Amino acid sequence: HAWRPGSLSLFKLQESESENKLDGETASDSESKSEFGGSLPVPTSDDTPEVLNRALSNLSSRWKNWWVRGILTLAMITFFFIIIYLGPMVLMMIVMCVQIKCFHEIITIGYNVYHSYDLPWFRTLSWYFLLCVNYFFYGETVTDYFFTLVQREEPLRILSKYHRFISFALYLTGFCMFVLSLVKKHYRLQFYMFGWTHVTLLIVVTQSHLIIHNLFEGMIWFIVPISCVICNDIMAYMFGFFFGRTPLIKLSPKKTWEGFIGGFFATVLFGLLLSYVMSGYRCFTCPVEFNNDTNSFTVDCEPSELFQLQEYNIPLVLQSVVGWKTLRMYPFQIHSIALSTFASLIGPFGGFFASGFKRAFKIKDFANTIPGHGGIMDRFDCQYLMATFVNVYIASFIRGPNPSKLIQQFLTLRPDQQLHIFNTLKAHLVDKGMLGSLEDA
Amino acid sequence: AGYVGWEAQPLPKPDEPDLIERLDDLDLRNDSDVPDVPPSIDSTPEILRRALSGLSARWKNWWIRGILTLAMISVFFLIIYMGSFMLMLLVLSIQVKCFHEIITIGYRVYHSYDLPWFRSLSWYFLLCVNYFFYGETVADYFGTFVQRREQLQFLIRYHRFISFALYLAGFCMFVLSLVKKHYRLQFYMFAWTHVTLLITVTQSHLVIQNLFEGMIWFLVPISSVICNDIAAYIFGFFFGRTPLIKLSPKKTWEGFIGGGISTVVFGFIFSYFLAQHQYFVCPVEYKSETNRFVTECEPLELFQMKKYSVPLLLRSVLGWETVNMYPFQMHSVALSTFASLIGPFGGFFASGFKRAFKIKDFADTIPGHGGIMDRFDCQYLMATFVHVYITSFIRGPNPSKLLKQLLVLQPEQQLNVYNTLKSHLVEKGILQPSLRG
Repeated sequence: HAWRPGSLSLFKLQESESENKLDGETASDSESKSEFGGSLPVPTSDDTPEVLNRALSNLSSRWKNWWVRGILTLAMITFFFIIIYLGPMVLMMIVMCVQIKCFHEIITIGYNVYHSYDLPWFRTLSWYFLLCVNYFFYGETVTDYFFTLVQREEPLRILSKYHRFISFALYLTGFCMFVLSLVKKHYRLQFYMFGWTHVTLLIVVTQSHLIIHNLFEGMIWFIVPISCVICNDIMAYMFGFFFGRTPLIKLSPKKTWEGFIGGFFATVLFGLLLSYVMSGYRCFTCPVEFNNDTNSFTVDCEPSELFQLQEYNIPLVLQSVVGWKTLRMYPFQIHSIALSTFASLIGPFGGFFASGFKRAFKIKDFANTIPGHGGIMDRFDCQYLMATFVNVYIASFIRGPNPSKLIQQFLTLRPDQQLHIFNTLKAHLVDKGMLGSLEDA
Repeated sequence: AGYVGWEAQPLPKPDEPDLIERLDDLDLRNDSDVPDVPPSIDSTPEILRRALSGLSARWKNWWIRGILTLAMISVFFLIIYMGSFMLMLLVLSIQVKCFHEIITIGYRVYHSYDLPWFRSLSWYFLLCVNYFFYGETVADYFGTFVQRREQLQFLIRYHRFISFALYLAGFCMFVLSLVKKHYRLQFYMFAWTHVTLLITVTQSHLVIQNLFEGMIWFLVPISSVICNDIAAYIFGFFFGRTPLIKLSPKKTWEGFIGGGISTVVFGFIFSYFLAQHQYFVCPVEYKSETNRFVTECEPLELFQMKKYSVPLLLRSVLGWETVNMYPFQMHSVALSTFASLIGPFGGFFASGFKRAFKIKDFADTIPGHGGIMDRFDCQYLMATFVHVYITSFIRGPNPSKLLKQLLVLQPEQQLNVYNTLKSHLVEKGILQPSLRG
């Protein structure tokens, strides 16, 4: 009774029927039912735009759903390309908007679960905490990348010098407001919402900032991971549709082993091809820098070794198969294999996590923002861990710390500390033979 | 008797609106579905009970609290005497115990006894996060120790990756352990574990980082909070009249203000005494030759006596023209003020938490005082504040960490950095320009 016929595919209909069966015999689920007021899932309203509705009105409901999903997928991919074309600044804005929307969706679910409509402080406090945490992270990022700009403007310089203190003071204010807002009969609810807000911030805001860090490394580090996850999604679906037989995990009955493995190989191949194409262009491989003279972002640099073609010897085993002796590849393509592998193997766990979450709280989708696809969170659930992985990967294997950042930190030290470091560095360089040993002290 | 509650209720059917509305009324709105905790067992040791058997109940409680307070303070002094490494271990054990207490409360609230994976997963996550933090912070201080051993070098270089892989393994185990009928419970426990980790582990690591700055940065804040607790209690006991906040009916404005002023005075005097000894003032360093921690250094300006002119207003009151003070004492005023004003909010937060989950104390570890968390609830925000204060106002980035990062760079980058630094130092006159230019 909760599902509008015609707004679902057959597969989802089967799934929801099994969900609706009252099989919760244990204390946990009966408690959750009583908390949730009878386990009624929120009926999704069909908010497909009118134009699409008319165009597809004569098709059967199953194909209509397919077409809606297909059109929206193409729309999102086109949108993605346009944004890439517009440059890093717009990308950063988009990431921020997506983050805010995800936060809003999860908080709304929390409100629904806990009937918190009548605690007006909570909306304000949750958004306030989002603002504080974003201020903290953006401040740290901006200070690193816009260092010269910040040093020039006096107010910005003070803000950046005492940045941590200011962020902490802002957070504290929120914390004290929370404590002062505790109302006698609603303690538990309020603590739950406080915990819910913090976990959401932890997931959503940290991920989005790691994405922005990756973006500043070079657009390729942003585009290739996200595309691999999307490709894995689509490929696993296709392979599962055509060849799917053995179920993968009880949590998501639609996923199959055939889809998983097929998607894995397809994604690795896709990653190799995509990185081959992208490594040729400077605008993708160069770190984003802020040019003080022109006051704009530039992506212009000498490509690092990673993005220069190299000859690789093909192992004897493959030589007979492929017929070539050597292969010209970018070293980055090897890294892309690691990224695609992660996207195919661990990315789906993010999806399972979100599926479990939706079942736990008995919701079909996070929200109804995108017709046929659910909310923004539904599209980004597999990306959760990807951004963190890419960031950790870059920090561990690709580059060390940023030299200009180190110089900045050096300049803030005391003179005796500076001298000490300078001498140690000198001794190290002499040791390595980089400096002549006749250098004076 | 308190647990029977909900399990006996009939299951609601979706087409029975009356029952649903009734259950809606009985839901979380009134905090009434939380099972009451069984009354706490009196775990006072046998000797104390015999010694105090003659007194009335009220005085008996006073004596127990008093004796335990003195015992805790003595343990504190003993550990300080034993040095920084012991203090670090103490902080670590307190952190583990606090984590255990909060997780146990979560288990009780969510009836999770029958999900054996959760104990293991929670402890596993605790281990992962501790491994990550210890690798990032403590490894900096053991720089020379680490340089000598090859295996440790590998661990340090790929530290973030290893920590992330460990965490991921735990995450995947969680997803694989989701059981059909217990999804919501499992997600609650997952979130509960993470929030607990956020609170206890980050705080404890900030405490250790403050400790390594110099024991005074560890002792003065903690003592200020304890002093504020005791002074506010005493002032409230003798002069208390106007209640402070509905959340804690025993707190009064007189206690708050009196406690605040006495804490500032206490901090001022206490830091005067501590600032004289190198043992407390110097950053903790690890000497690889002797394989020990040493606290020996040239005291910073902060810990050297200076003459301050007393403002005209106070001159008439005190009768002095100038006063000899350590600059650190000014900072101690800031620390004590925070301890008195914002520290209590940590206490209110914990009170609210206990009321929300209908528990009297976090645990029964310390007779008369409750659990370890009860003693540390006001310290929550103090450690973070001290850390932020130090990094913002006292010192800049950590030089040894900077050096470590410099040594990891590519050789060409190192040469570039070296030349930049050299020109900077020459410009500032710190380095004499060479004849070769």
